[in-house]
Amino acid sequence: MAKGDPGAATRSKRAAPRTRRAAATGEPELVQLLTPEGERIETALGPDGTEYRVDFTDEEYRGLYRDLVLVRKLDAEATALQRQGELGLWASLLGQEAAQVGSGRALRAQDMAFPTYREHGVLYCRGIDPIMPLGLFRGVDQGGWDPNEFKFNMYTIVIGAQTLHATGYAMGVAMDGKTGGEDGEAVIAYFGDGATSQGDVNESFVWASVFNAPLVFFCQNNQYAISEPLERQTRVPLYRRAGGFGFPGVRVDGNDVLASYAVTRHALDTARSGQGPSLIEAYTYRMGAHTTSDDPTRYRIASEVEAWQAKDPIARMKAFLLKQQIVDESFFTEIDEQARTESVHLRERVLNMPDPQPVSMFDHVYPHGSPELDEQRARFSQYMESFEGSAH
Amino acid sequence: MATETLTLGKALNTGLRRALENDQKVVIMGEDVGKLGGVFRITDGLQKDFGDQRVIDTPLAESGIIGTAVGLAIRGFRPVCEIQFDGFVYPAYDQIVSQVAKMHYRSQGKVRIPMVIRIPYGGGIGAVEHHSESPEAYFAHTAGLKVVTCANPQDAYVMIQQAIASDDPIVFLEPKRRYWEKGPVDLDAPLTDAYPLHSARVARSGTDATVLAYGPMVRTALDAATAAAEDGRELEVIDLRTLSPLDLTAAYESVKRTGRCVVVHEAPGNLGLGSEIAARITEECFYSLESPVLRVTGFDVPYPAARVEEEYLPDLDRVLDAVDRTFGW
Repeated sequence: MAKGDPGAATRSKRAAPRTRRAAATGEPELVQLLTPEGERIETALGPDGTEYRVDFTDEEYRGLYRDLVLVRKLDAEATALQRQGELGLWASLLGQEAAQVGSGRALRAQDMAFPTYREHGVLYCRGIDPIMPLGLFRGVDQGGWDPNEFKFNMYTIVIGAQTLHATGYAMGVAMDGKTGGEDGEAVIAYFGDGATSQGDVNESFVWASVFNAPLVFFCQNNQYAISEPLERQTRVPLYRRAGGFGFPGVRVDGNDVLASYAVTRHALDTARSGQGPSLIEAYTYRMGAHTTSDDPTRYRIASEVEAWQAKDPIARMKAFLLKQQIVDESFFTEIDEQARTESVHLRERVLNMPDPQPVSMFDHVYPHGSPELDEQRARFSQYMESFEGSAH
Repeated sequence: MATETLTLGKALNTGLRRALENDQKVVIMGEDVGKLGGVFRITDGLQKDFGDQRVIDTPLAESGIIGTAVGLAIRGFRPVCEIQFDGFVYPAYDQIVSQVAKMHYRSQGKVRIPMVIRIPYGGGIGAVEHHSESPEAYFAHTAGLKVVTCANPQDAYVMIQQAIASDDPIVFLEPKRRYWEKGPVDLDAPLTDAYPLHSARVARSGTDATVLAYGPMVRTALDAATAAAEDGRELEVIDLRTLSPLDLTAAYESVKRTGRCVVVHEAPGNLGLGSEIAARITEECFYSLESPVLRVTGFDVPYPAARVEEEYLPDLDRVLDAVDRTFGW
């Protein structure tokens, strides 16, 4: 879905029937276009008065729903594969599907994304084979896709480091003269609430600001940095940090795929037009563990998880589609079947992933090679060959 | 014409200018590199001639310099980053070691980071703390990085251009105490015919003992060789030039002839480059050695206050003392 530009946020003069204003005083409100009950809000106001709305066709609504279900199903399959010993680790996106699909579908073809290690939903939206990150977590490679071909950089595991890469890339976009029009390029940097404490993220805020880089900082505030709650990272709402750096910030309901799309599309278009960076705080919740190595029952209570369960991104989209009579029940059966088929296919391919040849560890250390490494490789090969034919 | 006498600093400046002229994708970035021309004036005049989009004064944050340069490199630029002093590179250490060094490897060759990180390094200028360090071992220990250092104006002029033209990420260490030393520079010799970047070179031929040095210590080693010659002892001095990968071909050949080897560097001895070099020479030249490989290095202390740095830094006498010891074994 999201072909062309149907859902771009606009500054409509028309008085909408239902308008919500985000960020009054006190606890900031979210930009929301779809309530947890599946009610549509026509227009939402951001803290700076920007009006956010979407204007999707029924087919596009169905496409968004399909994306949400597919990325959740593939993610669940990856978690199962880890539990069965087929992956070394998995960082689940459970609960964050709307933030990722909404922002991922808001990207235009020419836009570049810099992910963390949890952006499987954005990766999916970029058209990358979903098996790619499983290779990384299975340990057969370190991420096999071509960042420039798919406009989606490699996963970055060092927290926050990629925000500087995104900023430099965005500076390069401006230096190449690729901002200023509809066809301009924009860049998006993904990171989490924990990362906002990192020096690199704060340095990237400074850099993006003073160089007016065409960049969107997309922070998925999933409430936890492994075990540490948001209160250990900040005393102010994260989106307000942007003000101190000199660019706008907005908090969006990260469990609302429509609002996530609208806010991201607006921020990207602002950036591509040459008006500089902005920060989006997608307010969401990590329903699962940090990774499969984590036990969240040690640091959060069940009632909190249940409260967020009621805000589930997929359930609200389903309720909306039904209420609006955009689909009937057979649609959901069809999507579930498609998701099941794709996840079975994914599983089969993961199980068939070959281990790399040991000698391949010497490949690609340097573009121009190194005589020292050539020698090490030769000795290692000779050593390995010495076992051939023996029963070791 | 074309051969001029330049200081090492001016030779670097001229080499950077050539690189900016030859490739529009080359950008210089760092603190004070623009209007000021850098605290050592190595980028003097470049922003004026190439504009502030190609010679970029950055905010004051080293991780930011290297991290944004990674993004620029992914975009297709060839960033040349200046770290103002050796002791200020550590805030960028994570970006250098975890990102710059590994991108090509992790992407299986799909992403190249053709970046040069220039660092004025070493002591001997009477500076305050954090301004005299020799951090080369940290970088040489990291797979994915290459590390080179120049010792004279001709090499400075050529090697900086070769480093910028290379697709490998390269830490380019500049011997700051030698910035003002003059020498002839052939400005017209084409890069394609230049001596290879990752190759050591014999700086002075000799027959009695081999002295290996790099960067600021090459001059010290050459002075020691001159003094030794007066006593009738001919030292062969090899300028290593490339610290990662190490090129010890000439060193092996030399030590097999002389049977004696002394390695000199300013950095502390413990686990310094000298340790690796001594191990490799021992492996390759075991039956030719008349004595163990000896090291003349900084001591295993933090870089001391400037009034005692002369005693900390290897000098002519300490080099000759080590050479004497190889003869007394």
